[in-house]
Amino acid sequence: MQIVLIEVLNGLVYGMLLFMLASGLTLIFSMMGVLNFAHASIYMLGAYLAFTISQFLGFFPALIIAPILCGALGAAIEIWGLRRVHHNGHTAELLFTFGLVFIIQRLVQMTWGMLPMAYRVPPSLDFPLFELYGANFPAYRGFMLLVSAGMLLGTWLLLKKTRIGLIIQAALTHPSMASALGHNVPFVFTTVFAGGCLLAGLAGVIGGNYQTTEPGMADAMGPIVFVVVVFGGLGSLAGCFIASIIIGMIQTFAVVIDYSIADLLRPLGVVLTGDTLLTELLTVPVARIGALLPLVMMVAILLFRPRGLMGTRDA
Amino acid sequence: MLEVRDLHAYYGQSHILHGIDLDVGEGEIVSLLGRNGVGRSTTCKAIMGLVVPQGRVSFRGRELAGMRSDLIARAGIGYVPEDRQVFPTLSVRQNLELGLKRAGRFGRWTFDDVFRLFPNLAARQNNPAGVLSGGEQQMLTMCRTLMGDPDLILIDEPTEGLAPLLVEQVGVLLAEIASRGVSILLVEQKLTIALKISRRLYVMGHGQIVFEGSPEDLAANQALRQEWLEV
Repeated sequence: MQIVLIEVLNGLVYGMLLFMLASGLTLIFSMMGVLNFAHASIYMLGAYLAFTISQFLGFFPALIIAPILCGALGAAIEIWGLRRVHHNGHTAELLFTFGLVFIIQRLVQMTWGMLPMAYRVPPSLDFPLFELYGANFPAYRGFMLLVSAGMLLGTWLLLKKTRIGLIIQAALTHPSMASALGHNVPFVFTTVFAGGCLLAGLAGVIGGNYQTTEPGMADAMGPIVFVVVVFGGLGSLAGCFIASIIIGMIQTFAVVIDYSIADLLRPLGVVLTGDTLLTELLTVPVARIGALLPLVMMVAILLFRPRGLMGTRDA
Repeated sequence: MLEVRDLHAYYGQSHILHGIDLDVGEGEIVSLLGRNGVGRSTTCKAIMGLVVPQGRVSFRGRELAGMRSDLIARAGIGYVPEDRQVFPTLSVRQNLELGLKRAGRFGRWTFDDVFRLFPNLAARQNNPAGVLSGGEQQMLTMCRTLMGDPDLILIDEPTEGLAPLLVEQVGVLLAEIASRGVSILLVEQKLTIALKISRRLYVMGHGQIVFEGSPEDLAANQALRQEWLEV
C-alpha cells in the first residue's frame, strides 16, 4: 500500500512535468499546425542553461532566467524561421523543426560535452518532505508539483480570463477570421510559440536535476510528449492534461510492477509451460515493457479514435 | 470610398479573378451577384487580404492591396464570411467581445444594440456559440463584425440556407446598418434582398464583372439575367 501511495505521487510529479512540455506543444500544434519536433530540444536546453546559470547565480535565479531565455529563443525561431518557412507548407515546417533538433543537440554537445552534467537538486530543497510507511518523499518533488501546479493555474488564467487568451482561443480554431476582425494573428502565433518554449524551458529547469541532464535527454522525452499530445487530442488542453497524468502514472507504475500476464492467468488455473513463443510473450514482466506501453497506446488511439481523448479535430 | 481596380487573384495555379473593377461610395449599399464559383467570395477575400490580391484596392485613398488582414480591418473594413466562422467553444458574449478591436472601445454598436435587435442572442449570451442554430450563428457573425465599428462591411451570402422569417431579420439588420451610415457590399446568389435594398448592382461571371447598373436596369435586362443569374 505504501508503495502505491508513493508511486501515485511520483506518477503525478512525472505527469505534471509531461504536461508542462505537452501543453505548449499541443497549443502550437493546434493553432499553427506545426508539429514542433524541437520542443523536447528546448526542454534539454532549459536544463543545461539552468545548470550553468545555477553555478553562477544559484538555482532560484536560474528557475526564472533559463525559461525566459528559452522563450526568447522560441520567439526568434518563430519570427525568423518558421514564419518564412510557413509559405512552403507543413512539410517544410516539419523538416525545419527536425533540423533544429540536430542543431540544438550538436550545439549542446559542443558547449557542454557528451557526459552528464552535475546538475543537482539545490541543497535548500534536498531533504525528505515526509515519510510514509518507511518510504521517503523528497521535498524537491513536492517543489516540482508546486511549480507545475502554479504553471497550470497561470496558463489557465491567461487563456480564460485575459483578452490575449480569448484571442488565442479564437485563433486556435479560426485564425483567418480572427485576423479579419483586426487581431494581429502572427503576433499571437509568436506569443504562443514563445510561451510554449518558455514552459518547455521551465520543465527542463525542474526536470534536469530530477532526471539527468545529458545530451540524450531530448531524445528520451520527445516521443513521450508526442504520445501525450496525440493521446489527449488536438486543440484540447484538458485532454492534454488527462493524457499527461495517465501516461505519467503508467510509466511510473510499469517500472515497479514485476508481474506478467502469465501471473494473472495462474489463479484461473492456466499454467504455461514449455518454450513456445506464446509462453515467452506472456511471461515478460510489465516492468520490461513499460517504456513500450505509451507508444502502443498512441498507435491504438490513432487506429481507433484519431481525434484523441478530447480532441476537436483529427490528428 | 472603396475603389477596386484590375483586381486579380489566384488559388494555387488557377486564375480566379480576371481584373475586377468595383466601387462602393460613402454610405452606399452595393450588391455583388452571380452564380456559385464565379469569384464573388474570392473578391471579398482579396479585398480583405485573406487571399493575395494583385491590382489596386484603395480605401479612402489608402492602398490596401498587400496589407495584412488585421490592418485592413483596422483601416475600417469589416468582413462577414459565407461560412460564418463563429468561434464555437467561446460564448456568444465572448464572440462579440472579439469583434471589438480593443477591449471596451465601442463605436456605433454596443452589446445592448445587439441584444435589443436579437433577443435570442441575449438569452444565450453565456452559451457556447457552437450550439446556436444556423440563423443565430449568422446574426452573431454579423454582429461580431459590427462590434469592430467598420465604416464598410463586406457581407457574403447572409441569407444562404435561412428560413424566410430569418431572411427578413437579416433584411432588418442590413437596414439598421445602413441607417447608421455604414456602407455595405452585399454578396448574393439568389436575389433575396439585393434588389430591394441596393442602389447599384454588379453581376459577376467567370471572374469578371459582366454588368453594372441599378436594380431597374437589371430587371429590364432579361437576357443578362438568363445568362448570368437564373439557374
